Amino acid sequence: MKSAVIVFPASNCDRDAAVALEQMTGTRPHMVWHQQSELPDVDLVVLPGGFSYGDYLRSGAMASQSAVMQAVKAHAERGGAVLGICNGFQVLTESHLLPGALMKNAELKFVCRPVSMTVEETQNAFTRKYAHGQRVRFPVAHGDGNYYADEETLNRLEGEGRVVFRYVEGDNPNGSSRNIAGILSEKRNVLGLMPHPERVVDPLLGGTDGRGLFESLIETLA
Amino acid sequence: MTTITPELVAEHGLTPEEYGRIKRLLNREPSFVELGIFSVMWSEHCSYKSTRIHLRKLPTKAPWVLQGPGENAGVVDIGDGDACIFKMESHNHPSFIEPYQGAATGVGGIMRDVFTMGARPIAMMNALRFGEPSHPKTRHLVSGVVSGIGGYGNCMGVPTVGGEVNFHASYNGNILVNAMCVGLARRDKIFLSAAKGAGNPVVYIGSKTGRDGIHGATMASAEFSEDSEEKRPTVQVGDPFTEKLLLEACLELMATDAIIAIQDMGAAGLTSSSAEMADKGGSGIELDLDRVPQREVGMSAYDMMLSESQERMLAVLKPGREAEAEAIFRKWELDFAVIGITTDTRRLVVKHRGEIVADMPVNALSDEAPLYERPLSRRPPATGTPSYDASRPVLASLKKILAAPDMCSRRWVWEQYDYTVMADTVQIPGGDAAVVRVHNTQKALAISTDVTPRYCKADPYEGAKQAVAEAWRNLTAVGATPLAVTDNLNYGNPQKPEIMGEIVAGIDGIGAACRALDFPVIGGNCSLYNETNGEAILPTPTIGGVGLINNVARMATIAFKRAGDAVILVGDTKGHLGQSIYLRESEGREEGPCPPVDLATEKRTGDFVRRLVADGRVDTVHDVSDGGVLVAVAEMALAGDIGADIGIAGAAEAIPFFFGEDQGRYLLTASPKEADRIEGELRAAGIVHAIIGKTIAEELLRVEREGEVTLAELRRAHEGWFPNYMAGEEVPATN
Repeated sequence: MKSAVIVFPASNCDRDAAVALEQMTGTRPHMVWHQQSELPDVDLVVLPGGFSYGDYLRSGAMASQSAVMQAVKAHAERGGAVLGICNGFQVLTESHLLPGALMKNAELKFVCRPVSMTVEETQNAFTRKYAHGQRVRFPVAHGDGNYYADEETLNRLEGEGRVVFRYVEGDNPNGSSRNIAGILSEKRNVLGLMPHPERVVDPLLGGTDGRGLFESLIETLA
Repeated sequence: MTTITPELVAEHGLTPEEYGRIKRLLNREPSFVELGIFSVMWSEHCSYKSTRIHLRKLPTKAPWVLQGPGENAGVVDIGDGDACIFKMESHNHPSFIEPYQGAATGVGGIMRDVFTMGARPIAMMNALRFGEPSHPKTRHLVSGVVSGIGGYGNCMGVPTVGGEVNFHASYNGNILVNAMCVGLARRDKIFLSAAKGAGNPVVYIGSKTGRDGIHGATMASAEFSEDSEEKRPTVQVGDPFTEKLLLEACLELMATDAIIAIQDMGAAGLTSSSAEMADKGGSGIELDLDRVPQREVGMSAYDMMLSESQERMLAVLKPGREAEAEAIFRKWELDFAVIGITTDTRRLVVKHRGEIVADMPVNALSDEAPLYERPLSRRPPATGTPSYDASRPVLASLKKILAAPDMCSRRWVWEQYDYTVMADTVQIPGGDAAVVRVHNTQKALAISTDVTPRYCKADPYEGAKQAVAEAWRNLTAVGATPLAVTDNLNYGNPQKPEIMGEIVAGIDGIGAACRALDFPVIGGNCSLYNETNGEAILPTPTIGGVGLINNVARMATIAFKRAGDAVILVGDTKGHLGQSIYLRESEGREEGPCPPVDLATEKRTGDFVRRLVADGRVDTVHDVSDGGVLVAVAEMALAGDIGADIGIAGAAEAIPFFFGEDQGRYLLTASPKEADRIEGELRAAGIVHAIIGKTIAEELLRVEREGEVTLAELRRAHEGWFPNYMAGEEVPATN
């Protein structure tokens, strides 16, 4: 599986994503600077976590205007896989590759802790190696992870089976509507999620629940 | 031309004698700009004029020390060509005036100290002291400082992995924010600040210069009074986004060989960076301020030289490498400007609008800065044996202690810090030491910050010794070999003999412990004048220790792992209640002597415990500190969700046995068979020890003759206080 990690100014999980991808796929991903207007030939594009442009204006808003995002949109339109983690998810909603918005956490504080989620959908490139309904634990680390969309959009996401990860009741760290942690695009090739799968591929770091996501991608795209 | 009046001199924090010295060194009256430059370079903050004589007594060398005090940060060798660079620094005064920005820029400043030496920062720690919880400002300050630290560190993508939070009335008007940064570099790619050679370009990189933070270093060198909040304009504003770009751009430039010297512009900004670089390089520097990137128009030379605008660096490049360097900084959308040149005159010359506005010998700012051996008086240490009410039920006291402001879980704090970014954090906050893996290796660094200010108040010498010993012990407890420390000495006004006595006793105590434990001091920071309206803080010499774990698969954590293990108490328990948490929380008294540290026993005991961990025989260790044995057992049980059945060793009284704070002790667990062997070895080594109980499958803590309490109940007590207090629901407990 060939992959690329986009590096925006003040992305800071770009290395973590690259390490996890290399560890899982055996191949080092391309690191693509945000000013590049073309992507290398890859199967997967990862928009990593961080504070692109300092989260100034709105999280993800300025990064969504970067030159590279035109290429990412084209890649997605061609059906290429795009994974947005944390700040990457915020960039995806700001770019309208995914619906809704990520608002300030309900408690108005940054939160870093492991959270339990259920895998709600497995018919897609990102989660097919998980069991339907499986409980997984990934860490979150964000200040703006409170997923919001209007009722109609939420109903549509649910109806179309596009809510992939949902916080377990009582473990919603940010006040997201309907405990939503991660969603798919209409064509199911773009996934955005707030928790960090790349931080749970190494048992020394407190778990390996994130591996399933990378294994799914390898099985689908390799 | 501004006339220099005695009032103007006083406003610059200079004494008439110091002003006389300036005139002698220059052979004339200084210009206004020169006066400003002298005032910051000769401030306590920059010159260490009250402490330098005493700091020389600290041990700073060891075979593994690559760089001791005097550079931006200290460096130790961690094998395989890797080096660890670290330092701790205070940002106390600004954080009290403007907690979010004060703490944020403290984090930013210490990170720059580390990455200016070529290291990528890999972990942050913070030692925080606030006023008593019932003080009307405390909540606001806790909230602001914690979010400031998170706001900056999280954006930088460097995990904040631990630290300390304490409350005490002595900090009501003067909180302490001590931030520590640990970084990694290759030992052959370490960058220093010596601007050697003449004719080399001096370049300015990073953010533009504004009027913020002017005279911050002078403010940090004076006491606070009621009107301190009017000093808010002297607090700088942080921009972690720019700092992240600056970090990446500097590391990219450092990968080339274009740099001769580099230093961050911290306290006293352009002034101290240029003067210190020239001083260390034995050169001179000529600056043309018209070329400095400026945020606003009409800035004077005085403003520019004294601005403490953040996220700026000064570097000296090899001639002809400017374009290459500039391209890197343009890529990262940062300012880059050649603003001067090195010379062989040993003078700092500053030009502005075609005129020379300052021209002074470099050594007048450094070597010739005043040095004081201030008078001191040593207070006799507290003595006596405090009484206690033997009838108080032990388990009720345990619950109370676990919920005390100084002892409860700090989860509310550290969950606001990204402690897992960089994907190398192998021990998260809440253990004895934080542990971060050295990326791509099996090695790891353990980090701990420690000091028990109430001990230092009772006995400034023993308390400082204890701070070092505790840092050493915490590193040992996770299985690390302690390497070196950075010290952050927070004290009151050194012009008062009794405070100067505390400072010198503290330095002596640190020196004694560091020598005995092979734990040299490789850098640090003094923060003096921590007083408000004449009242000093508790003496607080914060120690930041770093240790090395060679095989990260073999480390210990505090959590009980299995039911059925023996719980072994290593070290001697005499039941020392003086200055204990128990005495304060249960009896409402802060009195008696602090527990003494026997450094030889400390070393022998610690070396023994560390070997057990390194040999893979023990994976559960907790140092016994604040609160004593029973609090340590409870913390181990809560961390592992495994209960314990605990008794008293020998014929000791319950309260001193369970809550005494005797030093040099560890709790560890092992299977009964392994525990037998360990006991035999402890006996042979002459180390006092006892098996005090075992871990059990039930989730409760059972104490001989006292009854039992569920872990759920202890957890509620332990986890509840902080969030409830911050939500304003808890009637604040006083301490």
